[in-house]
Amino acid sequence: MTPKSTWTTDSGPDPLLAVRDLRTWFELRRWGFLPAGFVRAVDEVSFELRRGEAVAFVGESGSGKSSLARTLLGLYRPTGGEVIFAGRNLQSLNRAEQLHYRARVGYVQQDPYGALPPFMNVGRILAEPLIVHGVSSRAERQRRIHEALEEVRLTPADDFLPKFPHMLSGGQQQRVVIARALIMRPAMIIADEPVSMLDASVRVEILNLLHTIRTTHNLTLAFITHDLATVRHFAERIFVMYAAKVVEKAEVKDLVDHPLHPYTQALLAAIAEPDPANADRVRVIPGGEPPSLISPPPGCRFHPRCPHAIPDLCDREIPPEFEPRPGHFAACWLHR
Amino acid sequence: MGAGNLLRVDNFCLFYRTSAGIGRAVDGVSFELERHQAMVVLGESGCGKSSLGRGLLRLLPRNVEICSGRVFLGDAEISAYNDERFRREVQWVRIAMVMQAAMNALNPVVRVGEQVAEPLLVHRGWPRARALERAAEVFGLVGISADFLRRYPFELSGGMRQRAVLAMALIAEPDLVILDEPTSALDVLTQAGIMNVLKRIKRELGTSFILITHDVATSSEIADRVALMYAGQIVELANAADFFHRPAHPYAKLLLASIPRLHQEKRPEFITGQPPSLLSLPAGCRFAPRCPSRFGRCAENPGMMTLPGGRQVRCWLYAEGAQP
Repeated sequence: MTPKSTWTTDSGPDPLLAVRDLRTWFELRRWGFLPAGFVRAVDEVSFELRRGEAVAFVGESGSGKSSLARTLLGLYRPTGGEVIFAGRNLQSLNRAEQLHYRARVGYVQQDPYGALPPFMNVGRILAEPLIVHGVSSRAERQRRIHEALEEVRLTPADDFLPKFPHMLSGGQQQRVVIARALIMRPAMIIADEPVSMLDASVRVEILNLLHTIRTTHNLTLAFITHDLATVRHFAERIFVMYAAKVVEKAEVKDLVDHPLHPYTQALLAAIAEPDPANADRVRVIPGGEPPSLISPPPGCRFHPRCPHAIPDLCDREIPPEFEPRPGHFAACWLHR
Repeated sequence: MGAGNLLRVDNFCLFYRTSAGIGRAVDGVSFELERHQAMVVLGESGCGKSSLGRGLLRLLPRNVEICSGRVFLGDAEISAYNDERFRREVQWVRIAMVMQAAMNALNPVVRVGEQVAEPLLVHRGWPRARALERAAEVFGLVGISADFLRRYPFELSGGMRQRAVLAMALIAEPDLVILDEPTSALDVLTQAGIMNVLKRIKRELGTSFILITHDVATSSEIADRVALMYAGQIVELANAADFFHRPAHPYAKLLLASIPRLHQEKRPEFITGQPPSLLSLPAGCRFAPRCPSRFGRCAENPGMMTLPGGRQVRCWLYAEGAQP
């Protein structure tokens, strides 16, 4: 029997993660050194994640959701605002504490094949984080690697240890990525489109696995995706992002049944479901394209495409977050 | 042009030679497509659906071992044409294709208009000015302003580039357009926009489509008929309404149950196991190892069973007197 008791989820401050006015801007340089402007990839984003909660960040490509994930992981330095994890501001951590933070937060990448080094076998891939974080006993490392592989149902573990990534199917590769994210026994997992590269029949299996792991260990899961229909079953809250901002936050069912922001409404209306009647239906979609993040439109960033834009308000004033229903926030002047 | 059959494919096979053996990517595929119809070829990665599309247009890599079977376009047996005749008379003129990720394959240093007009210059020998005029027309059809003719690909968004590539396929007014995963790299709203364009073109021009995709939900946007592929074979061929409402093959049932729906309380299911390798296919039914309703007879290879109403299923459950 493998000991499972070693992974204790610490109690501690709740919310586990608090993000306030977070900005991640990338500088554009035109003539070598003169700054020509900024790409505002994440702009004034605030939210809190409760301990043990699964939240999905939904948005189109270029909406800033991956930049947000990478900022939370400490891979990008925020331009402004605060990220507070378990009561500590990330900016105030020293090097040793930063290393510890990275062990507390697991990362599941989008493309499992690209995320696994092709020249390392599964055993070596999973040993790497343990070595980096100073687990020096070989026996202890072997025990934790077995434990992680069993956690992601790659059993018998000994069969998988000598295999290289190309010898595994897409679903198995993603399990190895998940095992690697779990091996330091994190308190939070950030999963960036964990199933978008997989086939439909395998997706649900991987999502079920993430769900089981999360509930067993009371992990916090930040789940980044563009697929609202999948998220419905695997997250408790949904945060909708548009043009670097979070425009709507709500419980899953509330958001799906009563979307408040016109962008969320458009997104939900565009989702196809397998139904032959679709063939006779033309979907109403907002015209235009998401704005440039270098010079976003003034006021609400969705106003140029919004069918309900209020003249002289939406194109001038940035909408604050309103709470028209309890626990359901929308950054939209229609709900003032 | 009257109604009736546009394309008939008879026992189409496409095997690749690899260092590990022969890969049977397409293994005995037969179907018919009527004019003004859209057929969706649905399947997971590695089931041979893209190979089928490329094989029909003879856009093949060098390691092809066998490419056999008969293909009829209208009354002509195009599979009997030699390569030069096929290139002149069929490719792009009668059958056009939008490749997977084609929007990223536009030449970055040539204006979009020139690229879209190219099939007319090459295949029809039109003068440049006339071809560009026609390109402007087709741009209107796919919903891009004619101003964009003079732009370079990097100045267009992903959705616009995809529309431009679609315009290129439509410019020579082909009878049939094969679309390989036309929306899979795009965002939900852009995807819905492209599907709207395809529906309009089908209605206004009567073009026939073969849409190759793994995305079950999006495929229902345009499908008249569905061909579901598994491990190189068509396992179910049915009208869209029958397929989406009452799938017959066990794989079709499981696949549809694995699609998440927005307003459904029940969590979607998944299919255990993985598709077989095309290099070493199991004897008998290729889905049997993952099938919940397999029985003794599944050790033999099932043929296509025709059900009342014309639906075809490759499964012993539908053979006469073969209940488990």
